[in-house]
Amino acid sequence: MAQFHIDPVIGSGWSVFGHNIAFTNSAAFMVIVLAVLWVFMLGGMRRQLVPGRWQVAVESMTSFVANMIDANIGPKGKHFTPYVFSLFMFILLANFIGLFPLAIIPGLHAFTVTSHITVTGVLAVMSFSIVLFVGFVKHGLKFFSLFAPHGTPWYLLILIFPIELVSFLVRPFSLGLRLFVAMTAGHILLDVFASFIIQGLNAHSAIGPVVSILSFLMVIAVSALELLIAAIQAYVFALLTSLYLNDAINLH
Amino acid sequence: MDLASAKFIGAGLAAIGVGLAALGVGNVFGSFLEGALRNPGAADGQQGRLFIGFAAAELLGLIAFVVAILILFVVKG
Repeated sequence: MAQFHIDPVIGSGWSVFGHNIAFTNSAAFMVIVLAVLWVFMLGGMRRQLVPGRWQVAVESMTSFVANMIDANIGPKGKHFTPYVFSLFMFILLANFIGLFPLAIIPGLHAFTVTSHITVTGVLAVMSFSIVLFVGFVKHGLKFFSLFAPHGTPWYLLILIFPIELVSFLVRPFSLGLRLFVAMTAGHILLDVFASFIIQGLNAHSAIGPVVSILSFLMVIAVSALELLIAAIQAYVFALLTSLYLNDAINLH
Repeated sequence: MDLASAKFIGAGLAAIGVGLAALGVGNVFGSFLEGALRNPGAADGQQGRLFIGFAAAELLGLIAFVVAILILFVVKG
């Protein structure tokens, strides 16, 4: 499907050690997301005593993430608010910008950065390495007691230790896979229903236009659902990151 | 039955898992709503747990979707 293709924008011939490092549409949309995020934050940093609309918007986002961190980690998690906030805003804006109907301008089409497992995988690995780093720096080898909950009898420990270990090691995969699949599945769904509209009009039968109209209504409904999913997935990613950080900071 | 048609049947069977995950997600939100209507004061504090349950239930459906996609486009039949 064309919307998932990664094409070079400039520098298709650039290479380093035989690897192509062209500036692709994926990279371009990441830069766009960062620019939008930067402008959004800049508008809210004026620190007026009576905040304007823009500042309220920015402050509600920051306090939303700060409350989430406070509820899940506690006061010790305050240092991680900037990281989780950047993660949340980047994913949220990437999901929303990917849904933006840019294709009404000929020659352009929106690209969803988060519909590629390379991007979501790197985000997940980043979260997971911060969890590992914080856990080992804060607790040393005592961090392994995460895999043996308090008061477990030794004969259950033989069973519980491998289970906890596997469920811990699977976290980066599930974190990255969830975001990637949710975005990809939604965009495929939109693509399929959009193709039904055109096929219905080309079908030369009486029932064709009916199918087209129903598919068009479906595209509207799925688009609304996708906006919801985009927000929920960003929230879930940030929530799970803060939960995993909680494990690393407070142990069990 | 040749291998190509077996592939499509397998992908269809894998897609059943997506529907089952829908049951799970509906159960999570339904039970939350049931509890929240009984005690609306405690509902806001449990929203984080609601989304953890949602994420866990949803992930299994997404994995079923990935399996279906892998069978369709990656497995050579």
